[in-house]
Amino acid sequence: MASENKISRRAFLVTGSAAGAALVLGFYIHREYGSHEAEGQGFRPNAWIRITPDDNITVLVEIPEMGQGPRTVDTMMLAEELEADVSKIRVEQAPVIPATYQNLSTGGSGGTQDAWGYMRKVGAQAREMLIAAAAQQWQVPKQECRAENSTVIHQPSGRHLSYGVLVETASKLPVPKVEDIPLKQPKDFKLIGKALPRVDVPDKVNGSAIFGIDVRIPEMLFAVIARCPYFGGKLQSLDASAAKSTPGVRAVFAVEPIGFLLKLDVNPNVAGGVAVVADSTWAAIQGRKALKITWDKGPNADENTVSIRKKMLAGATAEPTVVYVNQGDALQVLQKSSRRIEATYEMPFQAHATMEPMNTTVHVHRGGIEVWSPTQIGAILQEEIAALAGIPPDKVTVHMMYCGGSFGRRYQWDYAAEAWQVAREVSRPVQLLWTREDDMQRDFYRPYSYHRLAGAWDEHGNIAAWSHRIVSTPIRPVFDQPEKLTPQRVARQERGGSDLMPYGARNFRVDFVPVESAVPRAWWRSVADSFNGLAMECFVDELAHAAGKDPYEFRLRLVREDRKVPQTRQGAGDPALDTRRFREVLKLAAEKSGWGKKMPVGYGRGIACRYTFGSYIAHVAEVSVDNDGNVRVHRMVCAVDPGLAVNPDGVKAMVEGGTNYALTQVLQGEITIKDTSVEQSNFDGYQVLRMNYAPDIEVYVAPTGAEMGGMGETAVSGTAPAVANAVFAATGKRVRRLPIDPAPLAGSKA
Amino acid sequence: MAHYELSVNNKMHDADVEPETPLLWVLRDTLNLTGTKYGCGLGLCGACTVHLDRQAVRACQTPVKSVGTKKITTIEGLGAGGIHPVQQAWIDEQVPQCGYCQSGQIMQASAFLAQNPHPSIDDINAVMAGNICRCATYQRIRRAIQRTASANG
Ligand code: FES
Ligand code: FES
Repeated sequence: MASENKISRRAFLVTGSAAGAALVLGFYIHREYGSHEAEGQGFRPNAWIRITPDDNITVLVEIPEMGQGPRTVDTMMLAEELEADVSKIRVEQAPVIPATYQNLSTGGSGGTQDAWGYMRKVGAQAREMLIAAAAQQWQVPKQECRAENSTVIHQPSGRHLSYGVLVETASKLPVPKVEDIPLKQPKDFKLIGKALPRVDVPDKVNGSAIFGIDVRIPEMLFAVIARCPYFGGKLQSLDASAAKSTPGVRAVFAVEPIGFLLKLDVNPNVAGGVAVVADSTWAAIQGRKALKITWDKGPNADENTVSIRKKMLAGATAEPTVVYVNQGDALQVLQKSSRRIEATYEMPFQAHATMEPMNTTVHVHRGGIEVWSPTQIGAILQEEIAALAGIPPDKVTVHMMYCGGSFGRRYQWDYAAEAWQVAREVSRPVQLLWTREDDMQRDFYRPYSYHRLAGAWDEHGNIAAWSHRIVSTPIRPVFDQPEKLTPQRVARQERGGSDLMPYGARNFRVDFVPVESAVPRAWWRSVADSFNGLAMECFVDELAHAAGKDPYEFRLRLVREDRKVPQTRQGAGDPALDTRRFREVLKLAAEKSGWGKKMPVGYGRGIACRYTFGSYIAHVAEVSVDNDGNVRVHRMVCAVDPGLAVNPDGVKAMVEGGTNYALTQVLQGEITIKDTSVEQSNFDGYQVLRMNYAPDIEVYVAPTGAEMGGMGETAVSGTAPAVANAVFAATGKRVRRLPIDPAPLAGSKA
Repeated sequence: MAHYELSVNNKMHDADVEPETPLLWVLRDTLNLTGTKYGCGLGLCGACTVHLDRQAVRACQTPVKSVGTKKITTIEGLGAGGIHPVQQAWIDEQVPQCGYCQSGQIMQASAFLAQNPHPSIDDINAVMAGNICRCATYQRIRRAIQRTASANG
């Protein structure tokens, strides 16, 4: 079973599908990685398309489907060049064969940009072969033929053959080099740029889509783990007798924590605890309830939100460990300036809280290990599980299942490692499920951060100096071997979105102070942009106000000239910030929102504009604040320039979703710590956005045709500052901490 | 362990389970009907919503022993013999992202629309507030419900 992928792949290459002969293409294409961190792999073969004689086309998509839409956009790119009838295309997850498929892991909103590089080429190559096959059958020159809607047409005679009919002939032709096939010009696009329906929607409205949690295998068992609730703590004593006699329970055993191991690239942060294996999930949960465990709280028992906050505040004035950017001499200018203000902002831990909690199904058998996981890192998962188990990666078969959301959580593989720990103790396949409580209390949280900014302006309303101190519980130490942790490396993930100054501050400085914590942290939708966006866009609002200017006009004036602001980070993947594109989305959002129109008492409008994950986005929020200080967001107007929008409706969906997602941290959501454990355990304690608080969202997609940016995380960064600035417009009070506390806003309608 | 005969999507199913077992786990683990989802186990998220005699209930809060002869409908059986208008509206509005919450959303919305074919926005917000979507497709869910409502004539 471990080699099932290989066998099925061989079968697929040699004989095609059950429908008989099939055109299956293996390609050699060059993948350019540009400045991405992964090394270029040179030439490699790939297989993405299967066409069968019944005219059905199967497309294999590598990027995991977590809701962000790769199955649709990747297929659109391919079908555009293939000239295929999209309605006949079936989409499958590409199998985890990393030597063939190199994009089985995704993150950083890069999926569509990555696929853009190869999915079109793949389609074009197949089309050329089909045209050549038809020309051969008709004995006519290729140049007289063209492809359209899954058929090849002989122009002079009007004869046509469907792709299915051409499969056999095409399979015998030499594979042309992709470099020799010109790709379409944007003006010739038939699919790209159109709002196409998502390919996965039909299965997602009738219950047939199989998520990780839905994997059902004959003879399988179900498990949960009682994890140590204290970060860094461990099992002290266990009495499993009552659990073992719970109906349906098959086995109870301890599982070890897995921390830094030399054979692994990163620390998987597997918590350890006690596994309960049973005939059903419910029985396993009942068995877990019957466990009698005492936990050793470990070395961090005193940690709580108050103690972390204290360190944050101290960090605001400590010596920085890293200076991210230092252009000019901001500190000196600030010291000398009479027109200066300071402000602080604070953002606590946030949970990912994907709707489908973590889970993985594993079968450890003689031939190897088979894994079914809702993961966003199929290839990495295969490697790491193999390393843990001490077997070659090709003995680990990974099935990448539909993910019920991710937002960065499924970039970790702790839950899959745990499932392996459990499965190796039993001879049958086991599904390990995290209950919601497990999921919320053992997440890798969005880092806690505290920001201190100081700014000065001149008599014309230009920003003379800007300094931003970021204090945060950094991500890298959670994953890296301690000896790798230079100050630079510690600070690596927290600068995003703070170090590019669109508003032309002449003296510009951003620096960093880390705060230690036992709370696990990691990438949360938009990573550091989620907090740095608030700090920057709230502070520029404060500067505007201090300078006596309208916050929109103030920003607009500062970006009125066309400039390219170069990246300040070495190896940054995204191009320089283009003030023209920044200005255009800013103007569009302002115009569509009716910026400047009077609002009733207690209402306010706020604006924010971000260049984030390679795309430009502006938000205008309309809020009201009642007498008790309760904030309601009524309307969000968003203008977005992703460069190129393959599927504009997909872009809209990501902007709607990202904006709503960010509202959780603005309005209610907060993870707090007590005795080094998380106080919230379900959706009662951790309040996420629900429909009754979801505003109207208008999205204006205005692609400029420039280089494609990302979209999965883009809408998060500007949402919080737009709302916070709107609260200021409504009340005259600045939001200093998220989620917004109503108390200080009570009775302050402006 | 007790024996239950359950009518699910107009078919009888046998289940030998503990009486306290929530219907959610009987559907998912015993009958392999995985369209009904687990999200919180406490009645807080709506992912597990099914119909019991056409009323929307949270399957995670419904012990199997309380079901009796009531007819259970899950997402797999909602469009008996075709596609339910609410499912169609979900397609027309392109609601799902990850899709995980959508079985529950659709089951909630369809029961609600059956009772209240012309809901106001406030009605929609109030009833659907019990169903969390972390991809936060709320605006499209609202539109899909309104679309079905206006098709109700
Ligand atoms: S799982 Fe039943 S309401 Fe959440
Ligand atoms: S569509 Fe992902 S949780 Fe609703």
